[in-house]
Amino acid sequence: MSVAPAEVEQSQTSEQAVPDMPWVTIVWNDPVNLMSYVTYVFQKVFGYAKPKAEKLMLDVHHKGKAVVSSGAREAMERDAETLHGYGLWATISHDS
Amino acid sequence: MTSGEPEPDEDTSLEELMAGFRRSGGGATARFGAAQAVIIRDLVGQVAELVGGDTLDEEPPGERPRGDRPGGPEDGRDDGLASADDLAAMIGLTENAELPADPVLARLLPDAYDDPEASGEFRRYTEQGLRSGKVAAARTVLATLPPKGGRVRLSGPEAQAWLRALNDVRLALGVRLEVTDDFDDQVAHLSPTDPRAPYVGVYQWLAYLQETLVRALSR
Repeated sequence: MSVAPAEVEQSQTSEQAVPDMPWVTIVWNDPVNLMSYVTYVFQKVFGYAKPKAEKLMLDVHHKGKAVVSSGAREAMERDAETLHGYGLWATISHDS
Repeated sequence: MTSGEPEPDEDTSLEELMAGFRRSGGGATARFGAAQAVIIRDLVGQVAELVGGDTLDEEPPGERPRGDRPGGPEDGRDDGLASADDLAAMIGLTENAELPADPVLARLLPDAYDDPEASGEFRRYTEQGLRSGKVAAARTVLATLPPKGGRVRLSGPEAQAWLRALNDVRLALGVRLEVTDDFDDQVAHLSPTDPRAPYVGVYQWLAYLQETLVRALSR
């Protein structure tokens, strides 16, 4: 098993020090994914109602990206992993 | 993103073959012609080989407990694919921590962070599972779509696998065809001698097919 590098541990420490700055999962626009599919995935993965899923999809489409979930870093990593499984282009970052 | 509007296809005359999926029980059903089945099976197989292949090649011989894998001996008999059982049996960690050089693989297995170090760490823990999930979805398509076409009836989980596998094929084609947001304009001006031309129709048909599957599964 590998160990987390020191840098990662540092960022976890600072995360604990600043609990009001959550991590976020961002989905980026791409020219291939169908709008209907992206909406469907948001409903399926996050349990969002269709209007919310559609609004997020349109944000991705028109603004180039949207924050689709926020919370603890581990939870965001699970979300990104799931979204990658569906072929969505998702990244994780620290909200600021 | 794109809307996946139906495109007329002059090669197909049978209305049913162009109807795509409709809802059936908890899953979906569709009818495929022989040529359609060949195209889907070929592309899905190619993506599975690309995603699963080099992982298998990198596996050092003798380190995998072949004997106690359930269903091991009959795996990979005719399609040359890594089996999902095979991949799932492996330890879910990879040495590989870098974005793949192949642009198709880079799109299917993207970085999760801006920071290369955090991305590499995430990749070490997740890439194996991501790859095996994609190969498993591809194998579900190959197992449920007869090579000569015909009626396909999918359970809910099978339909989910088809949805993801079709999307992976479209992502792969999209990279190879250099699809951009103004793709429809590009296509209109594409020369018939352009090497991408034969695949454009396939790409558009798969978008339509996926759209009908999303609709069949949507609440």
